[in-house]
Amino acid sequence: MLIVGEKINSSLKGVTEAVKSRDAEFVRNLAIMQTEAGADYIDVNCGTLIDEEVEALPWLVKTVQEAVDRPCCIDSPNPAALSAALRVHKGKALINSITAEKERYDAILPLVREYGAGIVALVMDDEHGMPKDAGTRIEIGWRLIERLLKDGVPIGDIYIDPLVQPISTNGNMGVIVLETIKGIKDAYPDVHFMCGLSNVSFGLPKRALLNSTFIALCMMAGLDGAIINPGNRRMMSVIRAAEALLNKDKYTVNYLKAYRSGVLE
Amino acid sequence: MREAYESGIDVSVIVQDGLIEAMNIIGPKMASGEMFVPEVLLSAETMRAGLEVVKPYLSAGDVSTLGKVVIGTVEGDLHDIGKNMVAMMLESSGFEVVNLGTDITPEDFLKAVEENKPDIVGLSALLTTTMQAMRKTVTLLKEKTSNVKIMVGGAPVNDAFAREIGADGYAPDAAGAVQLAKQLMA
Repeated sequence: MLIVGEKINSSLKGVTEAVKSRDAEFVRNLAIMQTEAGADYIDVNCGTLIDEEVEALPWLVKTVQEAVDRPCCIDSPNPAALSAALRVHKGKALINSITAEKERYDAILPLVREYGAGIVALVMDDEHGMPKDAGTRIEIGWRLIERLLKDGVPIGDIYIDPLVQPISTNGNMGVIVLETIKGIKDAYPDVHFMCGLSNVSFGLPKRALLNSTFIALCMMAGLDGAIINPGNRRMMSVIRAAEALLNKDKYTVNYLKAYRSGVLE
Repeated sequence: MREAYESGIDVSVIVQDGLIEAMNIIGPKMASGEMFVPEVLLSAETMRAGLEVVKPYLSAGDVSTLGKVVIGTVEGDLHDIGKNMVAMMLESSGFEVVNLGTDITPEDFLKAVEENKPDIVGLSALLTTTMQAMRKTVTLLKEKTSNVKIMVGGAPVNDAFAREIGADGYAPDAAGAVQLAKQLMA
Protein backbone atom coordinates (compact mmCIF):
# COMPACT_ATOMS: atom_id res chain seq x y z
CA MET A 1 0.00 0.00 0.00
CA LEU A 2 1.40 3.33 -1.07
CA ILE A 3 0.78 5.91 1.64
CA VAL A 4 0.65 9.57 0.66
CA GLY A 5 0.77 11.85 3.71
CA GLU A 6 -1.93 14.51 3.37
CA LYS A 7 -1.02 16.96 6.13
CA ILE A 8 0.81 19.64 4.11
CA ASN A 9 -2.30 21.15 2.61
CA SER A 10 -3.13 24.81 2.95
CA SER A 11 -6.80 24.05 3.48
CA LEU A 12 -5.83 22.46 6.82
CA LYS A 13 -5.58 24.63 9.89
CA GLY A 14 -2.29 26.45 10.42
CA VAL A 15 -0.77 25.44 7.08
CA THR A 16 -1.91 28.50 5.14
CA GLU A 17 -0.25 30.79 7.68
CA ALA A 18 2.91 28.66 7.67
CA VAL A 19 3.16 28.75 3.88
CA LYS A 20 2.41 32.47 3.69
CA SER A 21 5.14 33.29 6.18
CA ARG A 22 7.41 30.62 4.64
CA ASP A 23 7.73 28.93 8.03
CA ALA A 24 10.14 26.17 6.96
CA GLU A 25 10.34 24.63 10.42
CA PHE A 26 6.56 24.05 10.51
CA VAL A 27 6.61 22.37 7.09
CA ARG A 28 9.71 20.30 7.90
CA ASN A 29 8.09 19.02 11.10
CA LEU A 30 5.00 17.90 9.22
CA ALA A 31 7.19 16.13 6.66
CA ILE A 32 9.29 14.37 9.30
CA MET A 33 6.28 13.35 11.39
CA GLN A 34 4.52 11.82 8.38
CA THR A 35 7.64 10.04 7.14
CA GLU A 36 8.25 8.50 10.55
CA ALA A 37 4.61 7.37 10.64
CA GLY A 38 5.02 5.51 7.33
CA ALA A 39 4.37 7.96 4.48
CA ASP A 40 5.89 6.91 1.14
CA TYR A 41 5.08 10.25 -0.50
CA ILE A 42 4.47 13.67 1.02
CA ASP A 43 1.54 15.54 -0.50
CA VAL A 44 2.06 19.27 -1.02
CA ASN A 45 -0.95 21.46 -1.72
CA CYS A 46 -1.25 25.23 -1.38
CA GLY A 47 -4.26 25.76 -3.60
CA THR A 48 -5.90 28.24 -1.25
CA LEU A 49 -3.03 30.67 -1.90
CA ILE A 50 -4.14 31.29 -5.45
CA ASP A 51 -2.07 34.41 -6.03
CA GLU A 52 1.23 32.91 -4.97
CA GLU A 53 0.83 29.19 -5.68
CA VAL A 54 3.47 29.35 -8.42
CA GLU A 55 6.09 30.48 -5.87
CA ALA A 56 4.76 28.64 -2.82
CA LEU A 57 4.46 25.15 -4.32
CA PRO A 58 8.15 24.81 -5.32
CA TRP A 59 9.10 26.26 -1.93
CA LEU A 60 7.07 23.50 -0.27
CA VAL A 61 8.74 20.80 -2.38
CA LYS A 62 12.22 22.09 -1.57
CA THR A 63 11.46 22.47 2.12
CA VAL A 64 10.01 18.96 2.38
CA GLN A 65 12.87 17.34 0.50
CA GLU A 66 15.48 19.11 2.62
CA ALA A 67 13.91 17.47 5.66
CA VAL A 68 13.06 13.96 4.46
CA ASP A 69 14.20 11.49 1.85
CA ARG A 70 10.77 11.14 0.22
CA PRO A 71 9.26 12.13 -3.11
CA CYS A 72 6.30 14.51 -3.19
CA CYS A 73 2.80 14.14 -4.45
CA ILE A 74 2.39 17.55 -6.07
CA ASP A 75 -1.22 18.49 -5.72
CA SER A 76 -2.57 21.25 -7.95
CA PRO A 77 -4.75 21.72 -11.03
CA ASN A 78 -2.55 24.69 -12.04
CA PRO A 79 0.01 23.69 -14.74
CA ALA A 80 2.25 26.70 -14.01
CA ALA A 81 2.48 25.84 -10.30
CA LEU A 82 3.03 22.14 -11.09
CA SER A 83 5.75 22.96 -13.56
CA ALA A 84 7.58 25.23 -11.10
CA ALA A 85 7.36 22.57 -8.39
CA LEU A 86 8.48 19.70 -10.66
CA ARG A 87 11.52 21.71 -11.72
CA VAL A 88 12.93 21.67 -8.18
CA HIS A 89 11.73 18.17 -7.23
CA LYS A 90 14.26 15.39 -6.66
CA GLY A 91 13.36 11.82 -7.64
CA LYS A 92 10.13 10.59 -9.21
CA ALA A 93 7.23 12.84 -8.31
CA LEU A 94 3.56 12.00 -8.34
CA ILE A 95 1.33 14.63 -10.01
CA ASN A 96 -2.16 15.05 -8.60
CA SER A 97 -3.99 15.18 -10.96
CA ILE A 98 -5.15 14.74 -14.54
CA THR A 99 -8.66 13.98 -15.84
CA ALA A 100 -10.18 13.08 -19.21
CA GLU A 101 -11.40 16.69 -19.52
CA LYS A 102 -9.77 17.97 -22.69
CA GLU A 103 -8.34 21.20 -21.37
CA ARG A 104 -6.97 19.61 -18.19
CA TYR A 105 -5.55 16.62 -20.06
CA ASP A 106 -3.74 18.73 -22.64
CA ALA A 107 -2.28 21.02 -19.96
CA ILE A 108 -1.04 18.30 -17.59
CA LEU A 109 0.16 15.54 -19.97
CA PRO A 110 3.30 17.41 -21.18
CA LEU A 111 4.44 17.76 -17.55
CA VAL A 112 3.96 14.04 -16.89
CA ARG A 113 6.08 13.23 -19.90
CA GLU A 114 8.76 15.86 -19.36
CA TYR A 115 9.43 14.81 -15.77
CA GLY A 116 8.61 11.09 -16.03
CA ALA A 117 6.27 11.56 -13.10
CA GLY A 118 3.57 9.26 -11.82
CA ILE A 119 0.10 10.64 -12.48
CA VAL A 120 -3.11 10.49 -10.47
CA ALA A 121 -5.99 10.25 -12.95
CA LEU A 122 -9.52 11.17 -11.88
CA VAL A 123 -12.37 9.35 -13.64
CA MET A 124 -13.98 12.57 -14.90
CA ASP A 125 -14.59 13.88 -18.39
CA ASP A 126 -16.23 16.85 -20.09
CA GLU A 127 -19.41 14.99 -20.93
CA HIS A 128 -20.21 13.45 -17.54
CA GLY A 129 -18.40 15.60 -14.99
CA MET A 130 -18.25 13.38 -11.92
CA PRO A 131 -20.31 10.37 -13.06
CA LYS A 132 -22.92 9.07 -10.64
CA ASP A 133 -22.59 5.42 -11.61
CA ALA A 134 -19.79 2.85 -11.64
CA GLY A 135 -20.29 1.86 -15.29
CA THR A 136 -19.51 5.35 -16.57
CA ARG A 137 -16.59 5.75 -14.17
CA ILE A 138 -15.10 2.45 -15.34
CA GLU A 139 -15.48 3.44 -18.98
CA ILE A 140 -13.85 6.82 -18.43
CA GLY A 141 -11.07 5.06 -16.50
CA TRP A 142 -10.45 2.63 -19.35
CA ARG A 143 -10.40 5.43 -21.92
CA LEU A 144 -8.10 7.55 -19.79
CA ILE A 145 -5.67 4.65 -19.35
CA GLU A 146 -5.67 3.88 -23.09
CA ARG A 147 -5.05 7.53 -23.89
CA LEU A 148 -2.20 7.83 -21.38
CA LEU A 149 -0.60 4.61 -22.66
CA LYS A 150 -0.83 5.90 -26.22
CA ASP A 151 0.78 9.14 -25.10
CA GLY A 152 3.72 7.19 -23.70
CA VAL A 153 2.91 6.97 -19.99
CA PRO A 154 3.76 3.49 -18.62
CA ILE A 155 0.86 1.62 -17.00
CA GLY A 156 2.74 1.46 -13.68
CA ASP A 157 2.90 5.26 -13.54
CA ILE A 158 -0.89 5.65 -13.69
CA TYR A 159 -2.85 5.95 -10.42
CA ILE A 160 -6.61 5.93 -10.94
CA ASP A 161 -8.71 7.94 -8.50
CA PRO A 162 -12.24 6.46 -8.38
CA LEU A 163 -13.71 9.65 -6.75
CA VAL A 164 -14.87 9.01 -3.21
CA GLN A 165 -18.11 10.81 -2.29
CA PRO A 166 -20.33 10.80 0.81
CA ILE A 167 -22.64 7.86 1.54
CA SER A 168 -24.75 10.23 3.64
CA THR A 169 -26.29 11.94 0.63
CA ASN A 170 -26.25 8.95 -1.72
CA GLY A 171 -26.21 5.54 -0.07
CA ASN A 172 -24.69 3.94 -3.15
CA MET A 173 -21.48 6.02 -3.22
CA GLY A 174 -19.39 3.47 -1.31
CA VAL A 175 -20.45 0.62 -3.60
CA ILE A 176 -19.80 2.75 -6.70
CA VAL A 177 -16.17 3.26 -5.64
CA LEU A 178 -15.67 -0.45 -4.92
CA GLU A 179 -17.17 -1.43 -8.29
CA THR A 180 -15.12 1.21 -10.10
CA ILE A 181 -11.86 -0.04 -8.61
CA LYS A 182 -12.75 -3.63 -9.40
CA GLY A 183 -13.92 -2.90 -12.95
CA ILE A 184 -10.72 -1.06 -13.80
CA LYS A 185 -8.42 -3.48 -11.97
CA ASP A 186 -9.95 -6.46 -13.82
CA ALA A 187 -9.17 -4.90 -17.20
CA TYR A 188 -5.79 -3.40 -16.25
CA PRO A 189 -4.21 -5.51 -13.48
CA ASP A 190 -1.00 -3.42 -13.50
CA VAL A 191 -2.59 -0.01 -13.04
CA HIS A 192 -2.42 1.61 -9.59
CA PHE A 193 -5.06 3.40 -7.57
CA MET A 194 -4.90 6.46 -5.37
CA CYS A 195 -7.61 8.31 -3.51
CA GLY A 196 -8.57 10.24 -0.44
CA LEU A 197 -11.13 8.42 1.70
CA SER A 198 -12.49 10.80 4.27
CA ASN A 199 -15.19 12.16 1.93
CA VAL A 200 -17.06 8.88 2.31
CA SER A 201 -18.04 9.63 5.91
CA PHE A 202 -19.09 13.27 5.49
CA GLY A 203 -22.27 14.03 7.44
CA LEU A 204 -22.03 11.01 9.76
CA PRO A 205 -20.70 10.51 13.30
CA LYS A 206 -17.59 8.46 14.19
CA ARG A 207 -16.03 9.15 10.83
CA ALA A 208 -12.78 7.33 11.67
CA LEU A 209 -14.70 4.08 11.99
CA LEU A 210 -16.29 4.47 8.56
CA ASN A 211 -13.03 5.64 6.95
CA SER A 212 -10.98 2.72 8.22
CA THR A 213 -13.65 0.13 7.41
CA PHE A 214 -13.98 1.61 3.94
CA ILE A 215 -10.25 1.42 3.26
CA ALA A 216 -10.27 -2.30 4.07
CA LEU A 217 -13.16 -2.84 1.63
CA CYS A 218 -11.38 -0.77 -1.04
CA MET A 219 -8.18 -2.79 -0.58
CA MET A 220 -10.18 -5.96 -1.13
CA ALA A 221 -11.38 -4.44 -4.43
CA GLY A 222 -7.81 -3.58 -5.46
CA LEU A 223 -6.94 -0.18 -3.97
CA ASP A 224 -3.16 0.01 -3.49
CA GLY A 225 -2.64 3.66 -2.59
CA ALA A 226 -4.31 6.24 -0.39
CA ILE A 227 -3.93 9.88 0.58
CA ILE A 228 -4.34 9.85 4.35
CA ASN A 229 -2.93 11.15 7.60
CA PRO A 230 -0.29 8.51 8.43
CA GLY A 231 -0.37 9.75 12.01
CA ASN A 232 -3.85 8.24 12.25
CA ARG A 233 -2.98 5.02 14.06
CA ARG A 234 -6.32 3.37 13.58
CA MET A 235 -6.17 3.87 9.83
CA MET A 236 -2.57 2.66 9.62
CA SER A 237 -3.40 -0.38 11.77
CA VAL A 238 -6.30 -1.40 9.52
CA ILE A 239 -4.11 -0.95 6.43
CA ARG A 240 -1.35 -3.17 7.87
CA ALA A 241 -3.91 -5.79 8.94
CA ALA A 242 -5.70 -5.77 5.57
CA GLU A 243 -2.39 -6.09 3.71
CA ALA A 244 -1.52 -9.13 5.79
CA LEU A 245 -4.97 -10.69 5.32
CA LEU A 246 -4.92 -10.11 1.54
CA ASN A 247 -1.43 -11.60 1.23
CA LYS A 248 0.04 -8.26 0.13
CA ASP A 249 2.56 -8.47 2.97
CA LYS A 250 4.75 -11.54 2.57
CA TYR A 251 5.44 -13.32 5.87
CA THR A 252 3.46 -10.44 7.44
CA VAL A 253 6.76 -8.56 7.71
CA ASN A 254 5.22 -5.10 7.76
CA TYR A 255 2.44 -6.12 10.09
CA LEU A 256 4.96 -7.46 12.59
CA LYS A 257 7.18 -4.45 12.16
CA ALA A 258 4.24 -2.20 12.95
CA TYR A 259 3.39 -4.41 15.94
CA ARG A 260 6.91 -4.18 17.37
CA SER A 261 7.04 -0.42 16.94
CA GLY A 262 3.81 -0.16 18.93
CA VAL A 263 1.77 1.34 16.11
CA LEU A 264 -1.00 -1.27 15.97
CA GLU A 265 -4.14 -0.70 17.96
CA MET B 1 -51.43 13.26 6.71
CA ARG B 2 -54.60 11.72 5.35
CA GLU B 3 -55.88 11.25 8.86
CA ALA B 4 -55.23 14.86 9.70
CA TYR B 5 -57.00 16.03 6.55
CA GLU B 6 -60.00 13.75 7.08
CA SER B 7 -60.38 14.90 10.65
CA GLY B 8 -61.04 18.36 9.24
CA ILE B 9 -57.82 20.21 10.01
CA ASP B 10 -57.20 23.04 7.60
CA VAL B 11 -54.62 22.08 4.95
CA SER B 12 -52.59 25.23 5.46
CA VAL B 13 -52.31 24.33 9.14
CA ILE B 14 -51.23 20.80 8.27
CA VAL B 15 -48.51 22.10 5.97
CA GLN B 16 -47.37 25.01 8.11
CA ASP B 17 -47.60 23.57 11.62
CA GLY B 18 -47.14 19.92 10.70
CA LEU B 19 -44.60 19.75 7.92
CA ILE B 20 -42.67 23.01 7.80
CA GLU B 21 -42.58 23.34 11.58
CA ALA B 22 -41.17 19.81 11.81
CA MET B 23 -38.44 20.71 9.34
CA ASN B 24 -37.66 23.80 11.40
CA ILE B 25 -36.75 21.46 14.24
CA ILE B 26 -34.49 19.37 11.99
CA GLY B 27 -32.14 22.23 11.00
CA PRO B 28 -30.99 23.18 14.52
CA LYS B 29 -30.77 19.51 15.53
CA MET B 30 -28.44 18.92 12.60
CA ALA B 31 -26.37 21.95 13.51
CA SER B 32 -26.05 20.73 17.11
CA GLY B 33 -24.96 17.25 16.03
CA GLU B 34 -28.05 15.44 17.32
CA MET B 35 -29.18 14.53 13.82
CA PHE B 36 -27.16 13.52 10.76
CA VAL B 37 -27.32 14.10 7.03
CA PRO B 38 -29.14 10.86 6.08
CA GLU B 39 -31.83 11.62 8.68
CA VAL B 40 -32.25 15.10 7.27
CA LEU B 41 -32.67 13.62 3.78
CA LEU B 42 -35.19 11.12 5.09
CA SER B 43 -37.10 13.95 6.76
CA ALA B 44 -37.17 15.94 3.54
CA GLU B 45 -38.37 12.88 1.61
CA THR B 46 -41.08 12.38 4.19
CA MET B 47 -42.12 15.98 3.87
CA ARG B 48 -42.28 15.69 0.11
CA ALA B 49 -44.46 12.57 0.39
CA GLY B 50 -46.70 14.42 2.88
CA LEU B 51 -47.09 17.36 0.55
CA GLU B 52 -48.15 15.01 -2.25
CA VAL B 53 -51.04 13.81 -0.08
CA VAL B 54 -52.49 17.27 0.55
CA LYS B 55 -51.51 18.79 -2.79
CA PRO B 56 -54.94 18.21 -4.40
CA TYR B 57 -56.60 20.23 -1.62
CA LEU B 58 -54.11 23.09 -1.55
CA SER B 59 -55.06 26.34 -3.19
CA ALA B 60 -52.96 29.39 -3.90
CA GLY B 61 -52.33 31.33 -0.74
CA ASP B 62 -52.63 28.31 1.57
CA VAL B 63 -48.91 28.15 1.88
CA SER B 64 -46.97 31.36 1.99
CA THR B 65 -43.42 31.27 0.72
CA LEU B 66 -40.63 32.78 2.79
CA GLY B 67 -38.95 34.06 -0.35
CA LYS B 68 -37.45 32.96 -3.63
CA VAL B 69 -33.90 31.66 -3.91
CA VAL B 70 -31.89 30.99 -7.07
CA ILE B 71 -29.02 28.63 -6.27
CA GLY B 72 -26.12 27.11 -8.20
CA THR B 73 -22.48 26.01 -8.17
CA VAL B 74 -20.17 28.53 -9.82
CA GLU B 75 -18.37 28.21 -13.16
CA GLY B 76 -15.70 25.50 -13.38
CA ASP B 77 -17.01 23.60 -10.36
CA LEU B 78 -18.98 20.37 -10.72
CA HIS B 79 -19.66 19.70 -7.04
CA ASP B 80 -23.34 19.56 -6.19
CA ILE B 81 -23.75 17.66 -2.92
CA GLY B 82 -23.49 20.61 -0.53
CA LYS B 83 -25.43 22.91 -2.84
CA ASN B 84 -28.25 20.38 -3.19
CA MET B 85 -28.41 19.95 0.59
CA VAL B 86 -28.83 23.69 0.98
CA ALA B 87 -31.49 23.78 -1.76
CA MET B 88 -33.39 20.95 -0.09
CA MET B 89 -33.24 22.50 3.37
CA LEU B 90 -34.37 25.89 2.04
CA GLU B 91 -37.23 24.29 0.20
CA SER B 92 -38.33 22.27 3.22
CA SER B 93 -38.22 25.40 5.33
CA GLY B 94 -40.67 27.19 3.08
CA PHE B 95 -38.53 28.93 0.49
CA GLU B 96 -39.19 28.64 -3.21
CA VAL B 97 -35.97 27.37 -4.79
CA VAL B 98 -34.73 27.49 -8.38
CA ASN B 99 -31.77 25.11 -8.59
CA LEU B 100 -29.60 25.95 -11.61
CA GLY B 101 -27.17 23.03 -11.22
CA THR B 102 -23.37 23.14 -11.45
CA ASP B 103 -20.75 24.96 -13.55
CA ILE B 104 -22.93 28.08 -13.89
CA THR B 105 -21.25 31.09 -15.50
CA PRO B 106 -21.67 34.59 -14.00
CA GLU B 107 -23.71 35.51 -17.08
CA ASP B 108 -26.07 32.57 -16.58
CA PHE B 109 -26.57 33.53 -12.94
CA LEU B 110 -27.45 37.04 -14.10
CA LYS B 111 -29.88 35.66 -16.68
CA ALA B 112 -31.54 33.45 -14.07
CA VAL B 113 -31.90 36.42 -11.72
CA GLU B 114 -33.51 38.51 -14.44
CA GLU B 115 -35.88 35.69 -15.35
CA ASN B 116 -36.84 34.46 -11.88
CA LYS B 117 -36.61 37.70 -9.91
CA PRO B 118 -35.45 35.99 -6.69
CA ASP B 119 -34.96 37.63 -3.31
CA ILE B 120 -31.73 35.75 -2.75
CA VAL B 121 -29.00 34.15 -4.88
CA GLY B 122 -26.97 31.30 -3.37
CA LEU B 123 -23.49 30.55 -4.76
CA SER B 124 -21.56 27.39 -4.00
CA ALA B 125 -17.90 26.53 -4.63
CA LEU B 126 -15.94 23.53 -3.38
CA LEU B 127 -12.63 24.12 -5.12
CA THR B 128 -10.07 26.74 -4.18
CA THR B 129 -9.67 27.36 -7.91
CA THR B 130 -13.34 28.28 -8.37
CA MET B 131 -13.44 30.85 -5.58
CA GLN B 132 -12.42 33.39 -8.21
CA ALA B 133 -15.48 32.47 -10.30
CA MET B 134 -17.54 33.16 -7.17
CA ARG B 135 -15.94 36.60 -6.88
CA LYS B 136 -16.68 37.33 -10.55
CA THR B 137 -20.30 36.25 -10.16
CA VAL B 138 -20.86 38.42 -7.10
CA THR B 139 -19.26 41.41 -8.84
CA LEU B 140 -21.43 40.99 -11.93
CA LEU B 141 -24.66 40.52 -9.94
CA LYS B 142 -23.95 43.51 -7.71
CA GLU B 143 -23.22 45.63 -10.75
CA LYS B 144 -26.19 44.61 -12.87
CA THR B 145 -28.97 43.95 -10.37
CA SER B 146 -30.44 45.73 -7.41
CA ASN B 147 -32.08 44.39 -4.27
CA VAL B 148 -31.08 40.78 -4.73
CA LYS B 149 -29.13 39.45 -1.74
CA ILE B 150 -26.21 37.09 -2.31
CA MET B 151 -25.22 34.29 0.05
CA VAL B 152 -22.17 32.07 -0.46
CA GLY B 153 -20.87 28.79 0.90
CA GLY B 154 -18.61 25.80 0.25
CA ALA B 155 -15.54 24.19 1.79
CA PRO B 156 -12.89 26.83 0.90
CA VAL B 157 -15.22 29.78 1.56
CA ASN B 158 -15.39 31.63 4.87
CA ASP B 159 -16.95 34.72 6.34
CA ALA B 160 -13.94 36.94 5.61
CA PHE B 161 -13.85 35.86 1.96
CA ALA B 162 -17.59 36.43 1.63
CA ARG B 163 -17.23 39.98 2.91
CA GLU B 164 -14.17 40.65 0.78
CA ILE B 165 -15.95 39.74 -2.46
CA GLY B 166 -19.03 41.74 -1.51
CA ALA B 167 -21.52 38.96 -0.74
CA ASP B 168 -24.30 39.65 1.78
CA GLY B 169 -23.67 36.57 3.88
CA TYR B 170 -21.88 33.27 4.42
CA ALA B 171 -23.13 30.09 6.04
CA PRO B 172 -20.97 27.12 7.01
CA ASP B 173 -23.62 24.43 6.47
CA ALA B 174 -27.16 23.76 5.23
CA ALA B 175 -28.83 24.56 8.55
CA GLY B 176 -26.86 27.79 8.75
CA ALA B 177 -27.91 28.63 5.21
CA VAL B 178 -31.59 28.46 6.17
CA GLN B 179 -30.99 30.76 9.13
CA LEU B 180 -29.02 33.16 6.98
CA ALA B 181 -31.70 33.20 4.28
CA LYS B 182 -34.33 34.02 6.90
CA GLN B 183 -32.14 36.85 8.22
CA LEU B 184 -31.62 38.23 4.73
CA MET B 185 -35.39 38.27 4.20
CA ALA B 186 -36.07 40.10 7.48
